[in-house]
Amino acid sequence: MPSHDVLVIGAGLAGQRAALAAAEQGVSVGIVSKVHPVRSHSNAAQGGINAALNPEDTWESHAYDTVKGSDYLGDQDAIEVMCREAPDEILYLEHLGVTFHRNEEGKLGTRAFGGASAARTYYVADITGQAIMHVLYEQLMKYSEQITRYEEWFCSSLAIDEKGECCGVVTRNVADGSMQLFGAKSVILATGGDGQIWKPTTNALICTGDGIAMAYRAGAKLMDMEMIQYHPTTLAGKGFLITEGARGEGAHLLNKNGERFMERDAPNKMELASRDVVSRAEQTEINEGRGFPDGTVALDITVVPKKRIHEALREIVLVGRDFAGVDITREPIHIKPGNHYTMGGVKTDSEGRTDIPGLYAAGETACVSVHGGNRLGANSLLDTLIFGKHSGRDAAARALRTDWSKPSEKVLEDEQNLIDDINGREKGSGRRVSEIKLELGQTMDKHIAVFRDEAGITEALETVRRLKEEAKSAYIDDHGSVFNQDLMGAIELTYMLDCAECSCAAALERKESRGAQTRTDYPERNDEEWLKHIDLERTEDGPEISYSEVTITQWQPEARTY
Amino acid sequence: MADYTIKVRRYQPESGEPAYWEEFNVELDPSLSVLDGLLQTKDRKDGSLAVRCSCRAAICGSCGMKINGQSTLGCKTQIGEAQAQANKMAAATGTTADVASSPIRGVGGSEASSVPIVIEPMGNQPVIKDLVTDMESTHWEKFRRVTPWLLPHGEAPEREYIVEPESMIDITQSMACIQCGACVSSCLSMEADPLFIGPAALAKAYRFVGDPRDAETAERLTDLAHDPHGIYDCTHCFSCIDACPKGVAPMDQIMRLRRKAGEAGIEDPNSGHSHEMAFVKIIEKKGTLDESMLLQESFAPGILGKLMPTKRAIKEMIGSLPTAIRGIKTGKMRSLPKLIPGVHHKLPGGAQDEVKAIYKHAEAHNEEFNLYIKGEEGELADEPDIEKGAERSTSPTNAEAK
Repeated sequence: MPSHDVLVIGAGLAGQRAALAAAEQGVSVGIVSKVHPVRSHSNAAQGGINAALNPEDTWESHAYDTVKGSDYLGDQDAIEVMCREAPDEILYLEHLGVTFHRNEEGKLGTRAFGGASAARTYYVADITGQAIMHVLYEQLMKYSEQITRYEEWFCSSLAIDEKGECCGVVTRNVADGSMQLFGAKSVILATGGDGQIWKPTTNALICTGDGIAMAYRAGAKLMDMEMIQYHPTTLAGKGFLITEGARGEGAHLLNKNGERFMERDAPNKMELASRDVVSRAEQTEINEGRGFPDGTVALDITVVPKKRIHEALREIVLVGRDFAGVDITREPIHIKPGNHYTMGGVKTDSEGRTDIPGLYAAGETACVSVHGGNRLGANSLLDTLIFGKHSGRDAAARALRTDWSKPSEKVLEDEQNLIDDINGREKGSGRRVSEIKLELGQTMDKHIAVFRDEAGITEALETVRRLKEEAKSAYIDDHGSVFNQDLMGAIELTYMLDCAECSCAAALERKESRGAQTRTDYPERNDEEWLKHIDLERTEDGPEISYSEVTITQWQPEARTY
Repeated sequence: MADYTIKVRRYQPESGEPAYWEEFNVELDPSLSVLDGLLQTKDRKDGSLAVRCSCRAAICGSCGMKINGQSTLGCKTQIGEAQAQANKMAAATGTTADVASSPIRGVGGSEASSVPIVIEPMGNQPVIKDLVTDMESTHWEKFRRVTPWLLPHGEAPEREYIVEPESMIDITQSMACIQCGACVSSCLSMEADPLFIGPAALAKAYRFVGDPRDAETAERLTDLAHDPHGIYDCTHCFSCIDACPKGVAPMDQIMRLRRKAGEAGIEDPNSGHSHEMAFVKIIEKKGTLDESMLLQESFAPGILGKLMPTKRAIKEMIGSLPTAIRGIKTGKMRSLPKLIPGVHHKLPGGAQDEVKAIYKHAEAHNEEFNLYIKGEEGELADEPDIEKGAERSTSPTNAEAK
């Protein structure tokens, strides 16, 4: 049985950073990823990474912006950790070789981003996530003696010992279908978000909530699952992302009458208000008939100098050209709010520890919570790196003081039985996996989106529960061992349905409007009753809801204007 | 919506059968991608069809494949354009000219074409299943060969390294590589020499050679110049530039490595740099290639080189005699100008002056073409119909509404 002191599941930014941090402590590390690490979705983070590195800027200012952006649902102790450590993390990345943009003096240069009171976003053109992730992957290769990479291994469940501690995982080698039990003293879940529950979404096809669902099934609490970010600038229909960097560089949002409608909702910050604010404003324009007939508004990037567009927004030039047939240097592009990010996730503390000893979570999988009700642009990369690092260190420290606990073969048997069951379903006996996935995506995008109400959320929850039943008999075509994506899709669908059920249940529970949760039936923020986290714990009858306190250190809730 | 036929090269390793072709009909808006067509097939007809994919937006690099013979990304190729290309190719080869001449409508068109869009796994890589190839043994192994991590010397500074802003933009072009393998798939040199380090790995090498923070530039260049499968193994065919979906232009990066190696005076066993310089000098002088001069100029350049040839020059010249004799024997070298150095004529009239003018112009504009700095004016200017562009941008939603 392959065993590592620390086993990291997922090899995006959070996973790779955790692996490097753990390896620095001298423990043996394994990193398991269902796709090759450089295919991970951290690639998609275009705009940049926030840090108060400039001498005129302060981490307190960054923290305040984050707290305000979160609509006061973020835990301020965790936010302080993230913002305080951000500058050193940027320098760490720079020293590793990230090709950050420089100013004329050859020092690190910044761009402006949404919801921020200073230009503190560091970037590599508009491929920041990709550039950082490829550099971290370089380091994984460099330290291949300490870090074993399991590339294209699918992790499907966690092994918990009789003491209730996490001691390993069950994996499937995608290349040949062989099943393997891995032993570990600490397991870090860094499998990203669950955006595939929505259709359309900016998220990649691999973002199916694997880690969130595995932790939930093992008994860990989830938190704030109703907080789903709709990004203000995505391509209609296809869901492709247009970076917030475009607005950071000065692009305007216009309705069909050519009006800069952000004047109404955010007269000071205009297009650079928090994402929830901008998405609501856009959706209001569209709903009230001031959008274009295709249900969009326009993003006008032509106001940015051409040279600057090519230097700093090149990826968007390509996205516009290849996926919308629009030359963004010459004409506005049609966009709308689209599913983008899961603020909620596996409940952890600032060291990435979940409720289950030995089990950690970091990045979009986790809810620390630094994003609360709404994540600021360019804070997600930072979240992955800072809490990836903390998880890796703490997981290594735990490994050094913990004895081996051998995972039971029964977990492996259960998993094999599940796969045999899926393989045994006859064609036509139930629905196709893809049909269920499509219905789920459309349902969630209709009801758990920018504006929500009780009737819609209830309908979504009922649909999800029906789909969960249907998924039990859903059939697949591929019964082979080699690269069986069909089978993995069937397992991923069950992860997605668990996550979706939690998001619906939490959205129904929170009877107020805060951050990304806008209830048209409860339009106001209600600090007296709802300044608290919603925790979800798995039971046979669905998630059981409890509450936990929001940690407030120095910033009391106040009215939120931009 | 329009109907398309995709013809997929399939291989199911567990079936015991060899690879075969299978056609599927798909119904898609023309602005959607070939990958969308494959995903629709997986979703509706055959879940066993294997294709790596994730982001659908040309950033993860998973879905490298050949479409109508061209290496590219499935998600980046619009299916309507792939159809037009398939028709054009069919018309050119004359096999199904009747079908190709029938109109293929763009947005809103409904008639299916019987010219299929041909989809195959990437080349130069063993196939694992259907469109999934073994990139580990062909791409990633070579990638690791170029020591793909930064090698700075001494302690890191307290703050960031201070570097020229342009240097970072310069290497951002090779940083933009998403490791999709399309260039590897299209590489003709690798087809001839499977050990060639290849376009992707060498582009990655430039990312460090061009990085002012890296302290082992000379070692890297020497290593890549001395490796017989290194930078001089590229035949300058432009295939990788055509294939690259991200504008990394791997061949340009290889040329920059060569230039830097030459500037650093790194002698390579292939004499690649001096051979290249000989080409440049002879054409500047004569306008066309004086083949009889080529070897001499490569190994013993100029009058000085000929008066005092190095040991290596003598060895190389004698060593290349069999090749020359073979050339005479096979009739490849027959005419006098090809045999006797110096007989080769300059271009007639003022043509040679025009060639020199090109050299002059090139030297005066000696700058890199980097998409992060320049953009691609010409390419987009060819599409003046802005109305059409706006219409296309909204078409997916319209199609769904129907």
